[in-house]
Amino acid sequence: MNYEAIKKHPVLKALLISLFAAILFLPFKDIKSSTILFAIMFIFLSAVLLIKKSQVLPALPKIRWTPPHFLRAASVPSVIMVFILLPFFLKDYYLDVLIMSGIYMLLALGLNIIVGFTGLLNLGFAAFYAIGAYTYAIANTKLGLDFWTSIPLSAGIAALSGIALAIPALRLRGDYLAIVTLGFGEIVRLVLNNWDSLTNGPNGITGIARPSLFGASLDKLNTYYYLVFIFVVIAVIIIRRVECSRIGRAWISIKENEIAASSLGINTTKYKLYAFGFGTVWAGIAGILFASKMQFVSPESFTFMESVLILSMVIVGGLGNTFGAIAGAFILVLLPELLREVQSYRMLILGIALVLFMLFRPQGILGGFKSVHFRR
Amino acid sequence: MYILDVRELTKHFGGIRAIEDVSFKIKGGRIVSIIGPNGAGKTTLFNCLTGTTRSTKGSIRFKETEISKLPSHKIAELGIARTFQNIRLFSEMTTIENVMVSQHTRVRYDFLSVITRSGGFKTKERSIKEKAFEYLEFVGIEDYADTQADSLPYGSRRRLEIARALATEAHIILLDEPTAGMNPIETSEVMALIKKIQELGKTIILIEHDMKLVMGVSDRIIVLDHGVKIAEGLPDDVRNNPMVIEAYLGSETNH
Amino acid sequence: MLLQQLINGLTLGGVYALIALGYTMVYGILELINFAHGEIYMLGAYLGIIFLGLFTVAGLTAVSLPLALFLTVLLTIIVCSAYGFTMEKVAYKPLRNAPRLSPLISAIGVSIFLQNYVMLTQGATDKVFPQRFGDSGLQFLNVNMTYLQALIIIVSGVLMLSLHLFIQKTRVGKAMRAVAQDKTMAALAGINVNGIISVTFIIGAGLAAVAGIMVASYYGLVNYYIGYIVGIKAFTAAVLGGIGNIPGAMLGGIILGLVESAGAAYISSEYKDAYAFIILIVILLIKPDGILGKNTEEKV
Ligand SMILES: Nc1ncnc2c1ncn2[C@@H]1O[C@H](COP(=O)(O)OP(=O)(O)OP(=O)(O)O)[C@@H](O)[C@H]1O
Ligand SMILES: [Mg+2]
Repeated sequence: MNYEAIKKHPVLKALLISLFAAILFLPFKDIKSSTILFAIMFIFLSAVLLIKKSQVLPALPKIRWTPPHFLRAASVPSVIMVFILLPFFLKDYYLDVLIMSGIYMLLALGLNIIVGFTGLLNLGFAAFYAIGAYTYAIANTKLGLDFWTSIPLSAGIAALSGIALAIPALRLRGDYLAIVTLGFGEIVRLVLNNWDSLTNGPNGITGIARPSLFGASLDKLNTYYYLVFIFVVIAVIIIRRVECSRIGRAWISIKENEIAASSLGINTTKYKLYAFGFGTVWAGIAGILFASKMQFVSPESFTFMESVLILSMVIVGGLGNTFGAIAGAFILVLLPELLREVQSYRMLILGIALVLFMLFRPQGILGGFKSVHFRR
Repeated sequence: MYILDVRELTKHFGGIRAIEDVSFKIKGGRIVSIIGPNGAGKTTLFNCLTGTTRSTKGSIRFKETEISKLPSHKIAELGIARTFQNIRLFSEMTTIENVMVSQHTRVRYDFLSVITRSGGFKTKERSIKEKAFEYLEFVGIEDYADTQADSLPYGSRRRLEIARALATEAHIILLDEPTAGMNPIETSEVMALIKKIQELGKTIILIEHDMKLVMGVSDRIIVLDHGVKIAEGLPDDVRNNPMVIEAYLGSETNH
Repeated sequence: MLLQQLINGLTLGGVYALIALGYTMVYGILELINFAHGEIYMLGAYLGIIFLGLFTVAGLTAVSLPLALFLTVLLTIIVCSAYGFTMEKVAYKPLRNAPRLSPLISAIGVSIFLQNYVMLTQGATDKVFPQRFGDSGLQFLNVNMTYLQALIIIVSGVLMLSLHLFIQKTRVGKAMRAVAQDKTMAALAGINVNGIISVTFIIGAGLAAVAGIMVASYYGLVNYYIGYIVGIKAFTAAVLGGIGNIPGAMLGGIILGLVESAGAAYISSEYKDAYAFIILIVILLIKPDGILGKNTEEKV
């Protein structure tokens, strides 16, 4: 049988691919694991290839669905209701997880403005999260500033650093821009690690104050939950409004076709800067929430993997989809917590998921829900 | 009196002389066609006029302003808009959203009114949408207003590009082969549309391959060949110009 | 002291250059930053340890160390190349006409996958190279160049030279250049473009595999995350020299190695890893085409 014939035969093809994979896997583990891998892959691939050949399933990415109006109208209030009621039913542990997922929602919302709306890949978003967190950590422990005064400070400094990075970097092509943001993220982390007198180096800063409201400290877990929740709701409202305005249209037009956008009068450089500034604001706010929740910050929380995690949330939810960013953050924080057994496989699965999403569903989970940028 | 005055415009790409010393003037309210064989430099000329690429040398005056060094978005704001030979729609947006983008420089409001959704913001957004719809009606694709741009039929995409250019409220509209790939019926409809645009008082510069076709609509014709302007004048003069016949027939027979 | 730093820098630079070649060749052909390329180097380091460990257990090292080393290198190159080949087929090839950022994100996915794959199968702790080569070496002008350093410098040099000759002289090498110039024209001229792309990944992975083994033997320790930082440094080297440019990658690697060892010795070793990032950012902002690259204007 010749090569072409093998390529066409689903079971043979599955056999060869699985065998190849098992051999590649062998040096890293043992014969037993390798055999198991072979068996699983063979069964799975045969099934997939046979189904594909029989063409019973339509191609995945083509599905495009706009939910009926009443569903769309009802979905937001009901989701909000659920989140308001949740603390009454949940154990502290899960409340804690939800608080973290709220913080990640802010991060994903912010990154979505830059990557999802404007199409600028940012691989160093954790740096702005770090800047927000450290701004509060330092302002609070060294200068005695409280949470509420530090909010504009953290948000402002994060946004200013976003713009300061973007001004020179925006001249670069997309993939180079991505690498420069990555480099920026690493440099910020290295500085945090080594500027001992300001950041206390790898040991981090401890003793950061919780916020207080009208003299009462918000350190009960469920009050903190509502605090984060309110920030997320405010963020969604503001971002949706900006998205459905000439600013949002300008961003999306830049992503879709930069040359056409500028030929219609859009100052693309200016709007990219806006996107960087407006996106990093939310990272700054997420940072201050994180620092005040943990009452401790250290450079370890702001690695490249953190940036990738945030990016994955945006991608999984659906690039350019505000509700997708929320869903992505929710899923990627919650899923590993619910499936404790697979904890250690978390990053492995995330890596595979990134590839699979790019291959089969680049528009993300909510991408099929046509992003209605402009309300009727 | 002249709305556009181009002098000694030159554009080189490395060794390639895409445009060489091209000069011409255009009066307001006219339809001027640029014709020439493949690779003559027509699109490059448009790119220079709209700031999509920076010209190597020469001047471009639009009304009283020198625009050859201005960025693309400034030129658009001053009032020159274009369509693209290889259609460049915002494919994830709906048809009407595409046209709404065009009013970016015409209807403005500040950030605060966006966040507060103030009354002024709402009125302006509504007017943007209504205007956009009018332009869709003008080019005849209002039925597709809420269709995603990348699922439009081919002819409608070209019309959407025209609507989008018009909606910038530009004085000069540059159309780069707006009938490319169309059948004869669609083509004559687009030609009628171009006449209708002229009646709005706009100036039109049209790139078109088919010489017979442009004769009917053009007030004036400029012929490019290998980046050089080889003829300019009224349709009849150009038709009978031996150099044009040479350039055109020479290349037509090569096809 | 200066000369000592020069030798240390050259050793490091040779390794960076070998990895940088993989980045630059792939970018030259696909305009893709193969973010996962650093992980191939990490795989190479691990495989070197694994295979040499096997030969030690089997007693081959006791019989003939050179033979064991040779087989280790050979097997490592083969397996790494297979990983490089697979990576392209699975994660990049289907995305060739996708928006530019899709394959980059896919590459990041591959990179994270491979790191965790090795962590889960080999453990999160450091792995030790089974052979110690010691500090003996050549003494001259007050400096010490270990035999291993000499070997690394020589092997890097020989491999770079062979690659250069391969690309300039052989049929496949010429086809690679043609594909890098213009894929459509190359296909029209009868070149098997997909085949050439595969060959590019295989060669790049093979070079990274050698770099991995050399570093594993040089430092004696490896970990599953070494690919990320070295990958970025090698990418920096490629950009520094002019991405897509093969002599540029060699030059960039050597410059970066020298800067790093000089910086660590004379400025601050705490910021050792920051030098590469700073060079990367500065070169991208000031001269993104690198030292040997040429200007290009995008087509409208
Ligand atoms: N970005 C670029 N880089 C290099 N050469 C270019 C570039 N853009 C255009 N050219 C060259 O400039 C010349 C003129 O091209 P142009 O697209 O302006 O021709 P045209 O008259 O519009 O042709 P057509 O009728 O095919 O659209 C051609 O030789 C083309 O290859
Ligand atoms: Mg053209």
